[in-house]
Amino acid sequence: MSIWEYANPKKFMATTAPVLPWVMWGAGVTLVVGLVWGFFFTPDDYRQGSTVKIFYLHVPAAMMAINIWVMMLVTSLVWLIRRHHVSALAAKAAGPIGIVMTLIALFTGAVWGQPIWGTWWVWDPRLTSFLILFLFYLGYMALWTAIEDDDTAADLTSVLCIVGSVFAVLSRYAVNFWNQGLHQGASLSLDAEENVADVFWYPALVCIAGFILLFVGLVILRTHTEIRLRRARALEARMRA
Amino acid sequence: MSLHVKDLGVARGGRPVLEGVSFDCAPGEALILRGPNGIGKTTLLRTLAGLQPALAGEVAFPEDSGAYASHADGIKSQLSVTENLAFWAEVHGGQLADNVLEDFDLVDLRDRLAGTLSAGQKRRLGLARLGVIGRKVLFLDEPTVSLDGFSVKMFADWLRDTHLGQGGIAVIATHIDLGLDAPVLELTPYKAAQDAAGGSDEAFL
Amino acid sequence: MIALLKRDLALAVRAGGGFGLGLAFFLIVIVLVPFGVGPQSELLSRIAPGILWVAALLAALLSLDRIFALDHEDGSLPLLATSPLPLEAVALVKGVAHWITTGLPLTLAAPALGFLLNLETGAYAFLLITLLIGTPALSMIGTFGAALTVGLRRGGLLLSLLVLPLYIPTLIFGAEAVRRGADGFSAANALVLQGGITLGVFAFLPFATAAALRVNLR
Repeated sequence: MSIWEYANPKKFMATTAPVLPWVMWGAGVTLVVGLVWGFFFTPDDYRQGSTVKIFYLHVPAAMMAINIWVMMLVTSLVWLIRRHHVSALAAKAAGPIGIVMTLIALFTGAVWGQPIWGTWWVWDPRLTSFLILFLFYLGYMALWTAIEDDDTAADLTSVLCIVGSVFAVLSRYAVNFWNQGLHQGASLSLDAEENVADVFWYPALVCIAGFILLFVGLVILRTHTEIRLRRARALEARMRA
Repeated sequence: MSLHVKDLGVARGGRPVLEGVSFDCAPGEALILRGPNGIGKTTLLRTLAGLQPALAGEVAFPEDSGAYASHADGIKSQLSVTENLAFWAEVHGGQLADNVLEDFDLVDLRDRLAGTLSAGQKRRLGLARLGVIGRKVLFLDEPTVSLDGFSVKMFADWLRDTHLGQGGIAVIATHIDLGLDAPVLELTPYKAAQDAAGGSDEAFL
Repeated sequence: MIALLKRDLALAVRAGGGFGLGLAFFLIVIVLVPFGVGPQSELLSRIAPGILWVAALLAALLSLDRIFALDHEDGSLPLLATSPLPLEAVALVKGVAHWITTGLPLTLAAPALGFLLNLETGAYAFLLITLLIGTPALSMIGTFGAALTVGLRRGGLLLSLLVLPLYIPTLIFGAEAVRRGADGFSAANALVLQGGITLGVFAFLPFATAAALRVNLR
């Protein structure tokens, strides 16, 4: 019994299908709890007022935007090394979710920044990095759609994902070098000096958990769709032959 | 120096087209591949040459001795006939010998730009490439397309006397009779079954 | 490898336009900028380093899709793949050939175009040096992008979308070094980092390029 057994599309579908509704419901409940708690049952920030509460959307979305790319990197490597179709299709399925998370992070960031910095957009390193990440997602997804043969597309997007990851990290540091920026430091860290008080911290954790569950649910759902598409195409090809 | 092929399975576009192909070629032997369009002759030759992975089975011939040639023969129209050949010779670590130009009747055309050659002349230039790269195991995909009868005979002579005569091997997919004394392998019996294993979409069925 | 490099250079010279088009595009972009932002010398001189770098980058982008497309069309690519030359070497040579036919002329032309934008006197040396260090990276990254899109019928636009984000670090360090030079600061950091990127790109991308070519040859 090895974990790779679940890389078989049929086995993957059979195993994840019963779990999927639970994950989706879990995500819904967690998000509602977290957001309601965060929006209505936490005090306003003494400096930033109620605008600070957009943080419950902004921070989880930004974390997911980066982590989804990392997940795509891992699944791409698994595809290149072990040739498990589910892995490649999961990477493909995660792309659009990642780009939406990046957009949410950029949009909520703009809404948050406007009253505080007095402008919707500044070329701050963190904002710029997310814009660059957005471009990387865009290129990755465009390559998937441009190539007709499924396995060729999986191979080439995986290579692009690996090379892109290196350049994304390079860009992150290059951008730091280019402009020191006015974005506040990391909102959540495990250092002794927490920069967010516990009252904000617990609902934020709930929101992050909700976003993670939502992502897992969506990725399973979209991977199912991709597997069914491949299956439909495979059956069609056999029929024609 | 010999070519062994055992239980070879090949796929086109991720779907198996041929399976269980086996044959052997000793030095100086050629093999003619026959079969209807779409049976997988080109796919088989590309797999033999190592351009695409085999689904199953094994292909064995000495390393760095195979060469592939198809209708697209890598001729640059802005380079002259000798420049084209000298390039391929140099990439393969050799030099352009004059007798190759004679063998393929290119002596009078040697300084012409390849772009100004006729289709048949270009084809001869493409085939002459096989004479300069010094490879012993040739995988030829319809080598005589757009050649006239005289040129076909010239190519067949080169293949028999120069290439095979010096211990070379050739696997040729062709529809016309080259006049070679070579066995013919009919590919139809090797056609992959409808539900053949190994396709890239197999996991989804 | 030398044979392939010589052939690619000969083809670029004989096909004509290889050198010329990129340079002409570079010139036109630089000429258009003052029409867009206004003719004040002060403003132009301040934005000159960035404009020169962006324009050079776009000019280098123009010819990328031809790196492998011609060899793909006439069947040279599978023949090269079965030759004793490893595909990694082919990728490297293609990148170098693209640099010699595009990056090098752009680098040499850049100072002349700097005059048009009133570039600070102190910045010319830095412009030349950063382009000399940076354009090889642009060519090699572009070669990687070209290998990804070689099998596609209309890969040109997609190629730009894939390659431009990868150009960001090189652009940042290049333009930053020229700007610091223009302002009389030390540009050593930016130059070293840019050189590091170029070396890294030449060390690793030939392998990624060859992998992409192998997939596309299947």
